[in-house]
Amino acid sequence: MKKLDRKQMAARVARDIPEGAYVNLGIGLPTLVADFLPKGREIILHSENGVLGVGPKPAPGEEDEDLINAGKEPVTLLTGGAFFHHADSFGMIRGRHLDFAILGAFQVSAAGDLANWHTGGADAIPAVGGAMDLAVGAKKVLVMMEHLTKDGKSKVVERCTYPLTGARCVDRIYTDLAVIDVKPDGLHVVETVEGLSFEELQRLTGVPLKKTPIAA
Amino acid sequence: MINKLVASPEAALADVPDGATVMIHGFGNAGMPVALIDALIAQGAKGLTIVNNNAGNADAGLAALIGAKRVRKIICSFPRQTDSWHFDRLYRAGEIELELVPQGTLAERIRAGGAGIGAFFTPTAYGTKLAEGKETRRIGDRDYVLEYPIHADYALIKADRADRWGNLTYRKTARNFGPIMAMAAKCTVAQVRETVELGAIDPEHVVTPGIFVKRIVKH
Repeated sequence: MKKLDRKQMAARVARDIPEGAYVNLGIGLPTLVADFLPKGREIILHSENGVLGVGPKPAPGEEDEDLINAGKEPVTLLTGGAFFHHADSFGMIRGRHLDFAILGAFQVSAAGDLANWHTGGADAIPAVGGAMDLAVGAKKVLVMMEHLTKDGKSKVVERCTYPLTGARCVDRIYTDLAVIDVKPDGLHVVETVEGLSFEELQRLTGVPLKKTPIAA
Repeated sequence: MINKLVASPEAALADVPDGATVMIHGFGNAGMPVALIDALIAQGAKGLTIVNNNAGNADAGLAALIGAKRVRKIICSFPRQTDSWHFDRLYRAGEIELELVPQGTLAERIRAGGAGIGAFFTPTAYGTKLAEGKETRRIGDRDYVLEYPIHADYALIKADRADRWGNLTYRKTARNFGPIMAMAAKCTVAQVRETVELGAIDPEHVVTPGIFVKRIVKH
């Protein structure tokens, strides 16, 4: 089978973002999606720290410490972009104004529960940021993650063992092996990577999968 | 004549008592009023409750205040960073209390504090550890968590321009928590890049109206 690498995963997600969408990209893997949004589509990126119309990274030497994204990396502003304070920014999120939140995850359950903020380890310092707001607020929550942990366990699980970020909030999962829709009646496999059969994906995942996708 | 301009950061913060609740503007370093924080460290107030999105980066500003052991408790959404070593050390030693709040709930609790709202229901964190022990309610077809406002004795904010009435503008994403923190404190002190004549800020462009600002320091 041909597992997708991180860039291919980002490109796969980017393909599904339509013209005119307002999108928040989570820190880490989802940030890569920005580099693969189809040219010619106007897509407006939101960042929690009060900006719509996030543009690409500035050229070296052009960084402005007052213009950063939620990952605290320097960014630029597209023509037409806007700044606003934090309560308005999260009003956009919680108030269901964002079309998509694209988030990383430790685990997603068959019911669409998301765990992505805390390992629950006794020594871990918890930090949540805007993850819980994005999970409940965006019209569609898309998760991007590797399908399996380093020791081969599925990150798509029956029940999350890590602390939840949000319950029943995930709409679609993009992994390096498959695209899976979370529906009220279970997990529907939309596609698998080249050379990976549904049966093999099912064996790797453990949680029951359905073969026929429901048309979006 | 109203003139909120104060001579120095030290003069602006001379009356902060031990045990005060202090909101500190900034998202990481963007918007962080470092001159005011340095003055607060020099002033010596201790046992502070700090409200910020983070818990300090590297060794300057909020990190220095935490490192100087002036902070009893921090209310924030994202303390753990690659360079939050001062907080990490005190937290692991049990020397600083952490109230972890989802970022949007933090912003709305601050906004509510400034806007006279007694409490609000938010869908954020329902069914998670961060809602444990909190009152919940089903409204329509969604579940919500009851959250209370945050009020502060002081808010230390960084703005771009100010006039002597305290009208403020901000710069880019350094706006972040400034406008809502300015509303939520009894005494808001703004560190600004530039002070301008009354009327020089277009009234349509005022982001924080002067009613929310008590003291201005140019730095």
